[in-house]
Amino acid sequence: MLEFIESITGVPTPLLFGQLLLGLINGAFYAMLSLGLAVIFGLLNIINFTHGAQFMMGAFVAWMLLNWLGLGYWWALLLAPLIVGATGVIIERTMISRLYKLDHLYGLLLTFGIGLMIEGVFRNEFGSSGLPYRIPAELQGAWDLGFMFMPIYRGWVVLFALICCLATWLVIEKTRLGAYLRAATENAALVQAFGVNVPRMITLTYGAGVALAALAGVLAAPIYSVNPQMGTNLIIVVFAVVVIGGMGSILGSVLTGFGLGIIEGLTKVYWPEASATVIFVIMAIVLLTRPAGLFGRA
Amino acid sequence: MASETTAGTIAPATSDDGVLGFSRAQLAALGVLVAFLAIAPFFLYPVFLMKLLCFALFACAFNLLIGYVGLLSFGHAAYFGMGGYIAGYTAKAYGLTPEVAVLCGAVVAGLQGWVFGWIAIRRQGIYFAMITLAMAQMVYFFCVQAPFTGGEDGIQAIPRGSLFGAISLSSDMTMYWFVAAVFLIGFLLVHRVIHSPYGQVLKAIRENEPRATSLGYRTDDYKLVAFILSATLAGVAGGVKSLVFGIATLTDVHWSMSGEVVLMTLVGGLGTVFGPVVGAAVIVTMQNYLAEMGAWVTVIQGAIFVAVVLAFRRGIVGEIANALKVKL
Repeated sequence: MLEFIESITGVPTPLLFGQLLLGLINGAFYAMLSLGLAVIFGLLNIINFTHGAQFMMGAFVAWMLLNWLGLGYWWALLLAPLIVGATGVIIERTMISRLYKLDHLYGLLLTFGIGLMIEGVFRNEFGSSGLPYRIPAELQGAWDLGFMFMPIYRGWVVLFALICCLATWLVIEKTRLGAYLRAATENAALVQAFGVNVPRMITLTYGAGVALAALAGVLAAPIYSVNPQMGTNLIIVVFAVVVIGGMGSILGSVLTGFGLGIIEGLTKVYWPEASATVIFVIMAIVLLTRPAGLFGRA
Repeated sequence: MASETTAGTIAPATSDDGVLGFSRAQLAALGVLVAFLAIAPFFLYPVFLMKLLCFALFACAFNLLIGYVGLLSFGHAAYFGMGGYIAGYTAKAYGLTPEVAVLCGAVVAGLQGWVFGWIAIRRQGIYFAMITLAMAQMVYFFCVQAPFTGGEDGIQAIPRGSLFGAISLSSDMTMYWFVAAVFLIGFLLVHRVIHSPYGQVLKAIRENEPRATSLGYRTDDYKLVAFILSATLAGVAGGVKSLVFGIATLTDVHWSMSGEVVLMTLVGGLGTVFGPVVGAAVIVTMQNYLAEMGAWVTVIQGAIFVAVVLAFRRGIVGEIANALKVKL
């Protein structure tokens, strides 16, 4: 069987599956981050340029919880999204909420500025070399799947990200709260007329989107080293993912995220030089053929 | 853009009068600018002034898009940096004279703008910003890997050469007059374009694109030409900068450079003729004085972004113009 796969693909199977797994993990982060961006965009009509910095904050809060308070990975998984989400609520209340009547581009510029500030502060405090974060004891080691060794933590990241995405989809599509949210995305004024506190809903939505980014940051902490720039390069790719998928559908962003991660992984096997740019090239092709994105509405 | 007319507006509509499309107040401001260009090198360090002028031209090119077409390009570093690489490479490897090298950089940046603009104008608003940013990141990764850019080291020891093969630019003072001339030509070109019939159509597209379409204008064509023009001028600015410093590096294609030109234009005043110049002067001066503060510069730049967006959206020149009730 393995020889058969090798003869078709023309590369050693450990290399192939290793890169596929790496692609799946990157895809998990793309999916979680683009999901948060899409939820925020749906209600606030701004694109959250601070998202990368908030992803990075999630990883740093996990590191601080461990090194300053002795609280481990599982606590971080719970607390970091809450803490970073709370800072998001403050940012929305004090700054972003002042811009809703203006051109949406101002929201982009504001969140870009906030992102620069956050990144700069962390770089001053922690330098740019990166801090180590250990994989929790429960998730160390690897499974022998027969065709490859699967580090348990990496499998966990993919699984947990899938669960998060599914949970977000369920909340938005199947609950009363989600119904309000979708209604407010269509017509906020009308929903407010029915007595729903829309400004509070907007604030909490922003907080939730930010918390999702922070959660991805905690997941990323043991894989990548925790450093102030970890979010920025990732978030630019996520923007391309969002353009490819279109921000109209939740499942669409999840599918696009994972799919592009896998494509990127495969590119690393066959044409390593192009792996950094392949997503951008796909973005260009999608724009030329389906300008609204694969799952977007024009 | 269409729904905004008051405090949140990107730019006031302009009415043409006076010489060359300059109003009386603008002529006065132009006089001050030219006088400053003529006197400044005798009081200030010419290399600092040249850096300032390169960024001022870069910001003017950027402002042509955001201020007059309402398109926020978040990837202008791609054209600026590529212009620098091409000008530096052709000057060093082929020994081209500076004006030809800069022209080569501008042409390549313009072609790049043609392709990227053609793709990006399919979407508006924040999507446009994200697409241009992603395209620029692609260029960045290309420049990291491409052999001619020298990767992390960049292209070093680029010769300034002799203008038209006759006037040596090795002295900072001669080089300054060359840079000042290029800047002034670029500045006047942008102004001329904005105040041409073509520029009026651009402004119409900014205010209300569907209406411009209904009047029979192919708005995409207009936007694309503006994009190409802006990319070309950014390439000129980048090319001149690499000749001034004798080096072209990844810094100039990095996304943070795209952010910086947005900041300069925003601080000076979006959609004002003189705003980008003033904004570039403020930001370059600030970077110069804060250079030893390291990462705090990023924090301060972020804080300026936030402050300007929240409290002071007209920018410096926009506020002055508003106070004096003139257009600048």
